[in-house]
Amino acid sequence: MKTQNKPTPYTREFEVQKRRRDAPFFEKHAHAGKTIVKVLDYVILCLLTLTTFYPILLVILNSFKNRYTISKKPFDWLNSSNFVGWSNYAKGINQSKFWNAFANSVYITVVSVILILLLSAMAAWYLTRVKTWWTKTLYYLFVFSMIIPFQMVMLPLTGVFGWLMPSDLPSDTGYLYKIFITVLVYIGYGAGLSTFIFSGFIQGIPKEVEEAAMIDGCTTPQVFFRIDLPLLKPVTVTVAVLNVMWIWNDFLLPYLLLGTRAGETTLPVAIQIANQGGYGDINMGAFMAMIVLSILPVIIFYIIGQKYIIKGVTAGAVKG
Amino acid sequence: MEQSIILRSLKGEKREMAKYYKKWFPLFVLPLLICFAFFVILPFGMGFFFSFTKYKTIADCTWTGWTNYALAFSGDSTFWHAFGMTVAFVIVTMLIINVCAYLLALLLTKGLKGTSFFRAIFFMPNLIGGIVLGYIWNLLLNGILLQFDQNLTSKVSYGFWGLVLLTCWQQIGYMMVIYIAAINGVPNEVLESAKIDGASRFKTTTHVLLPMTLPAITICSFMTLTNGFKLYDQNLALNGRTSPDNMLLALDIYSTMFNAGDGNMGPGQAKAVVFFFMVALISYAQVSLSKKGETEA
Repeated sequence: MKTQNKPTPYTREFEVQKRRRDAPFFEKHAHAGKTIVKVLDYVILCLLTLTTFYPILLVILNSFKNRYTISKKPFDWLNSSNFVGWSNYAKGINQSKFWNAFANSVYITVVSVILILLLSAMAAWYLTRVKTWWTKTLYYLFVFSMIIPFQMVMLPLTGVFGWLMPSDLPSDTGYLYKIFITVLVYIGYGAGLSTFIFSGFIQGIPKEVEEAAMIDGCTTPQVFFRIDLPLLKPVTVTVAVLNVMWIWNDFLLPYLLLGTRAGETTLPVAIQIANQGGYGDINMGAFMAMIVLSILPVIIFYIIGQKYIIKGVTAGAVKG
Repeated sequence: MEQSIILRSLKGEKREMAKYYKKWFPLFVLPLLICFAFFVILPFGMGFFFSFTKYKTIADCTWTGWTNYALAFSGDSTFWHAFGMTVAFVIVTMLIINVCAYLLALLLTKGLKGTSFFRAIFFMPNLIGGIVLGYIWNLLLNGILLQFDQNLTSKVSYGFWGLVLLTCWQQIGYMMVIYIAAINGVPNEVLESAKIDGASRFKTTTHVLLPMTLPAITICSFMTLTNGFKLYDQNLALNGRTSPDNMLLALDIYSTMFNAGDGNMGPGQAKAVVFFFMVALISYAQVSLSKKGETEA
């Protein structure tokens, strides 16, 4: 059968078979090669996964260890001589008033991001729809502010912040007022990127929809809140993700504005201060526990909103 | 009143919505503008002013002209060391992060099973704040160096490469996500026609995929560049503020400003102004480069 099918020379089929016969080894065994490559790919990916998790697992492991063994033998597995159970966690939470710092972080992040979303969407809409020389100037000013590094403004900002502090600020609850002003500061610094991204999106919304709404009797705020705002949903996710990631992890701004007293500042600051011995002695065990506690909510949040976060980051990069 | 638009449109007049929107400025823009002007633009302007003064507190500053700039960039200043360190750091991380991220993105766009799972894992370090990351790696790297009776501060290069390692570990996942989106955005027909024309996988990647994802490469390169320039938290947590050896620019500025022996924050502010111009220059280069790419495409 096979011999009958053998093609005569100088036909296309003959050439194809010849080429296949003379092909280099790896091409001939392309199928086996593909499997090997696939296995290799997975080996690489799994190794990288391990590399990604290892530093975090190391901290979790150490958070259950005796404080004196952490810096000397960080790689030792848990055993009866170094295991201390949850006592590091208890100490870490008490020493730094961890839950107060956590609540402050949550409050600042949530309130700032909601206000940034609302106010910049409104401003972006206005600046995109009303085109005059001063709206253009304002828009470019917002965009320009994205490139200002924080180091440039941190010293004057502490001064401006100081002006807003009344002299009779109560020492026990005064920090709540500081946190309130800090939210306003975050609105100012979030304005640039958020307005920029929103405005790029609003340009794509046809004006005719708004005209139709107005003819149907909508007032200007109704046009925005009922017609445009629902349409902004996908881009809102992007802006929210970028702002949450930034504000939740921000260190220098709350460090300078809120100060360093236990329970009156945000999580990143509390962790830095704990490491500097600002809450009594430097207890490595308690410190490890604090790090684990601060990572945990982020990871849970990530598991829930993973899809949106990655989408938001991708869209943000393309626009930013 | 706004209903008169109906009459106008019936008459076939040019409808101008902006006219009706205009008076709503106080509601739509003013709240944001107040926060923005008071906390961003005002301090920004004051920053320039303070860089020319001997600044102790906001009430106690006297005009000194260019003295701060002379002080900040004099021979015994830490500025040039920090600047050299930053430039080296930025070049190294920019190369490593982008090359690794692109290779990883290629691996994860092959259509393997579990791609989105791995993508999610590699991105995860970006959600953890710089301070926490710095201390995690401090534990790990000091633990390793301890086996050789060393630590991160015993040599400048240890601190430097430690910081490079940390930054790569964190940011490769971020850039990878952007590259994956860019590679997936390349139309399948283009890749298939390259294959039909006899291009090998390698050639398809270098001659088709790479040029077609050039905008993403530009974005990611500049992102890593500015991230490296502005890096502060990781540097503070990993290398500390005790010695200037491993300080990048942002940390050096902070330390000049708030740890000055005589309490004069002017020189630190002068450094910050120069730092601003550097970052602005990079951003300007990015904008003009991507504009050029757009017109060519």
